[in-house]
Amino acid sequence: MLQIISLLVENKPGALMRITGLLSQRGYNIESLTVARTLDPVLSRMTIVVDVDATLRQQVIKQMNKLVNVLQAVDLTESPAVRREMVLVRVRTAQETRTAVLKEAEIFSARVVDSSTEGFALEATGDPEKLDEFIDVMRSYGEIETTRSGVVAVSLETKKLKLQPPVQQVGQASWPVPS
Amino acid sequence: MSTLTNGAKMLLECLAREGVDCFFGYPGGVTLPLYDAIYDHHIRHVLVRHEENACFAAEGYARATGKVGVCCATSGPGATNLVTGLVDAMMDSIPIVAITGQVTSKLIGSDAFQEADTFGITRSCTKHNYMVKKLEDLPQVVHEAFYIAASGRPGPVLVDIPKDVFQAQGHYTPVTSIHLPGYKVFTEGHTGQIRRAAQLMWEAERPFIYAGGGIIAANASGELRELAELLDAPVVTTLMGLGGLPSNHPNFVSMPGMHGSYAANMGMTHCDVLIALGVRFDDRVTGRLAAFAPHAKVVHVDIDPAEIGKNRAADVPIVGDVKRVLGRMNQILTEFSASPVPAGRATARQAWWSQIRSWKDEHPLAPVTSDSEIKPQHLMMEIDRLSAGEAIVCSDVGQHQMWAAQLIRFNGPRLWINSGGLGAMGFGLPSAIGAQFARPDKLVFALVGDGGFQMSIPELSTIASHGLPIKIVIMNNGYLGMVRQWQELFYNNRLSSVELDCFPDAEKLAAAYGFKGRTIDKPWELASALEEAVREPGPYLLNVKVSPYENVYPMVPAGGAINEMVLAPPQPVAVPK
Repeated sequence: MLQIISLLVENKPGALMRITGLLSQRGYNIESLTVARTLDPVLSRMTIVVDVDATLRQQVIKQMNKLVNVLQAVDLTESPAVRREMVLVRVRTAQETRTAVLKEAEIFSARVVDSSTEGFALEATGDPEKLDEFIDVMRSYGEIETTRSGVVAVSLETKKLKLQPPVQQVGQASWPVPS
Repeated sequence: MSTLTNGAKMLLECLAREGVDCFFGYPGGVTLPLYDAIYDHHIRHVLVRHEENACFAAEGYARATGKVGVCCATSGPGATNLVTGLVDAMMDSIPIVAITGQVTSKLIGSDAFQEADTFGITRSCTKHNYMVKKLEDLPQVVHEAFYIAASGRPGPVLVDIPKDVFQAQGHYTPVTSIHLPGYKVFTEGHTGQIRRAAQLMWEAERPFIYAGGGIIAANASGELRELAELLDAPVVTTLMGLGGLPSNHPNFVSMPGMHGSYAANMGMTHCDVLIALGVRFDDRVTGRLAAFAPHAKVVHVDIDPAEIGKNRAADVPIVGDVKRVLGRMNQILTEFSASPVPAGRATARQAWWSQIRSWKDEHPLAPVTSDSEIKPQHLMMEIDRLSAGEAIVCSDVGQHQMWAAQLIRFNGPRLWINSGGLGAMGFGLPSAIGAQFARPDKLVFALVGDGGFQMSIPELSTIASHGLPIKIVIMNNGYLGMVRQWQELFYNNRLSSVELDCFPDAEKLAAAYGFKGRTIDKPWELASALEEAVREPGPYLLNVKVSPYENVYPMVPAGGAINEMVLAPPQPVAVPK
């Protein structure tokens, strides 16, 4: 079953590899993955859609939370969250269907980002199922090319972010000595 | 305070600050600046003969002391040779910091000489890893590495350092704090849960303590003992937990699992409250999970939240440091013990103990001896006699490891050192080197099979070079015994590539390295030969030829339930699909 995981991670080299490594070492296939900086430039927000067996979902989240670079990993699969994806579609249309294509685009609230004699480039956002429909409709007008962004999601609940405070003692010698 | 220095010296400065007194390694092209700095530094560098053994030696050091073990290798082949040791440390939660050299920054990614993607390769074999790009990051990274390795659930951390960072000149400013906002360490345990667990344990009629490597890692053997006595519950310690409760403690049952004792496995199966402390319900312990401890409510204490419910759902999960959790639990149990135990429960507890005792008596882990040949169990009993629960025994992997775990007693933690989770052959001898450096006062046995020994022969040279008084005891049955056992039992005795012929003459081999060695094969020679080995002030190589076809019992066939043990050889065994 597809699982949506939202992660807040340190923007450091290797962070992405650690997270995807956890999934690939268990043989899970990633459906989509998006990463971008947050308001705090040292942190990134990542949204991963991945096919994970339902019984192992909690284990995957726990393993992600163990990673040093991961500040928070939450499962948004069944919790209230807004999921959105963007698609760019290039559709080749004949002269006589141009108006119809524009009408359909309007129904899906898609924007025209380029227009030429050969057709249009359209931009649409929505939940992934809506985009599937949009793509199906556009395909009926002619040859199309698409690029999807992958899902981005935001939780509608406030998840308390627990961060570790700095450790002031440096050096094993200063830690409690094992008996 | 700030002084001009280079990266290599800065690294050693940080190691010194971490209290490192010795580390194990093998130099190479890109670590030349580091080895130049080591030349006149007070930290001792131990030159091993293979990088894998540097990592195993660091593990031996860490396992014997609880301190972080350190190993070092050059780029490329040096770093890739560390991988087995890193995975081993990961599986057994052993704190290790591995330093690897990397090719000069500008050359990274160009297929330079001795270049390997160490950072990428070791991602999944470490708790965390680093590549240091700038000299100014180096001290921070090194201290973070030690902190991560030793805190929470311990594990290996690797720091990859390009040659130019070792060489770069800069001012060293001591690090004063570590900030890892995403690194979550759970130590305290939930108060309400601890109380619930204590209540459940107190009211249990058939309580059973299942203690693992977490007890050793947390230095919680004192707390475990107190708990066992407060509850008067039987205790099993896993392969990783041996010594967590002294073997001569009246509550100690033995080791559970695939080659665990009858009493241990029956106890697990029939208990009503299973108290799992610092364990991960490994498949070698649980057997078929669906049939594991079917009547038990489970209290599971572990510092790693991902272990809770991973294999077996816990009725009372407690995430925390087992030492602290048990400390508080024992306080609560002490309060409880002020009031009298209801008569019904006291009777049930008595019945439980007499049941455990009769299981023990029915099928004890009895030593097998013979007049004509040395039985492997006989060898273990003799080592046990000489050790008297006090020696450090560094075991390799295989049949001898299981017999040793069954029959050698350990009066305290950090005496039994073995590769548990990974089962890495070739671990015994190099880990004994680390253990002997860490504990020069201790009698250290490297107890190895003839297979694992031949994987680590190069380290005889390290032992000789430092005159380490390690007693290398080879349980030589001429086979890869554990594989042979499985081929005999499950593959119609078609012995395929398991015979180890052409074993070298031990006396000559040891003599070639300049120390004493001997081969024995008569049971009456055993005691005196071992005594001679122990009396010898230097290293000693004792090759003990044991009966070749002895199998380890009890045995739970793979996929079986742990109460369905095969107790002795003649019993037929089903061939697994």
